[in-house]
Amino acid sequence: MGGLLRGSAAIVGVAESDLGAVAAEMSPIDLMAQGIHRAIADCGLALRDIDGLICATAQSRTSGLALAEYLGISPAFVDTTILGGSSFMFHIAHAQAALQLGLCKVAVIAYGSTQRTLGRRHASVREYNPYETPFRPFLPSTAYALAASRHMHQYGTTREQLAAVAVAARDWALLNPVAWEKKPLTIAEVLAARMISYPFTVRDCCLVTDGGGAVIMTTAECARSLKKAPIYALGCGQAITHANISSMPDVTVTGALASGRAAYAMAGLGAKDIDVVELYDAFTINTILFLEDLGFCPKGEGGSFVAAGRIAPKGSLPVNTNGGGLSYCHPGMYGLFLLIEATRQLRHECGARQVADCETALAHGNGGVLSSQSTVILGTQATL
Amino acid sequence: MGRMEQSPLAIYQAHLEKGELAYQWSPEARKAVFYPRVLCPFTGSDRLEWRISAGLGTVYATTVVHPAREGAPYNVALIDCDEGFRPMSRVEDIPPETVRIGMRVRFHVHRPGDEPPYPVFVPVESP
Repeated sequence: MGGLLRGSAAIVGVAESDLGAVAAEMSPIDLMAQGIHRAIADCGLALRDIDGLICATAQSRTSGLALAEYLGISPAFVDTTILGGSSFMFHIAHAQAALQLGLCKVAVIAYGSTQRTLGRRHASVREYNPYETPFRPFLPSTAYALAASRHMHQYGTTREQLAAVAVAARDWALLNPVAWEKKPLTIAEVLAARMISYPFTVRDCCLVTDGGGAVIMTTAECARSLKKAPIYALGCGQAITHANISSMPDVTVTGALASGRAAYAMAGLGAKDIDVVELYDAFTINTILFLEDLGFCPKGEGGSFVAAGRIAPKGSLPVNTNGGGLSYCHPGMYGLFLLIEATRQLRHECGARQVADCETALAHGNGGVLSSQSTVILGTQATL
Repeated sequence: MGRMEQSPLAIYQAHLEKGELAYQWSPEARKAVFYPRVLCPFTGSDRLEWRISAGLGTVYATTVVHPAREGAPYNVALIDCDEGFRPMSRVEDIPPETVRIGMRVRFHVHRPGDEPPYPVFVPVESP
């Protein structure tokens, strides 16, 4: 992105809050605070060091106020941009800009959601759209299903190929102790599961869990004196193409094409240079679309690319190594967890699911119904 | 831009009440605009003309929603209208799973009674 300097800021602390099904009456702000407390411990800073507060949740209209009050801080910089699940990738760019300009010295990006314990309908009220709501689309699933139908029509993508995405995610999740799903999954089981919105069964759709977390960023200079190796923000890009699926120009081509190009250009890297890939897999078609649009395979070949275990553990391209929104955790706005996992992979903290010799990671966020796309490329000291 | 005496949605729905599928036309962009709005998203101009669609289109994307609790599965589709706009709608008169991308469809007005009318489509030729 113009104005942002490659490597000028770094992620220094990351943490998840409690995940899955959290204790009754926990609030989204409780989960943000828990994530912040753990992320502070991760980097060796204190709460008083935080002067940049960035957060998003579907459950609080003015979450910046709620979180600042809860933490007892009056931050110099605040941003509560909310664009769906990709919000946190946009936040990375905003934090980097604020750090570069000296608007703050240490920024935290926080998220919390209790949509599972509260019920999805109560956690985020869907707006009435007179041009879509009368047709009773089951959103967001129906919007993504429409995109999948078109991809299948144009490129011959099959339900089995979609299912391969879910199976690969599950195989990774089995290596992640905090993943929600604990049992193996087969392609036949995905296809035979309860149909939601054709071609998706419930296994093509992300989980509905609680969860939250925090990411702490500071300038490259400050980052070097902290507890763990800094993970540098090398590149970022963003694109908003529509809000509602009926206004998406081409449902088989996402804004990831533009956001990826911008992020690669800023990082001076290409798809072939990325060691670990974390893609927002709200639905199985997402992974296929983003692999194509981010240049990991040609347009239309995502289906055959994911077949035969290529993105599963021991495959040639490690994708969604935490188990993804499909099998690890999906509290509604999942993007923050992609950044946490990418950081942990680059720090080599991932145990059984650790990708060997990784120095670069791409975390791609998706929001709305393929509406907002934001790509963040991260790297170790060796990539500077 | 002066004060609007009628919202774009109200004008659209008034056309539907008369059995017409209305859309806007941007003379500067030479493109259809849908959903109706107060300015053209291609040029920023407030010069938008109302036009009436011939009501013919092609299925662009389709899905069948399976309600979790009660009710039969139903179709949701995106329809490429011949004039160059793409509303969400549903294809009726045939089983929802038999709706195919590329199928030619024709508009008619659905009148739910207690809610405003909305456009639905049926196949141009019987299956």
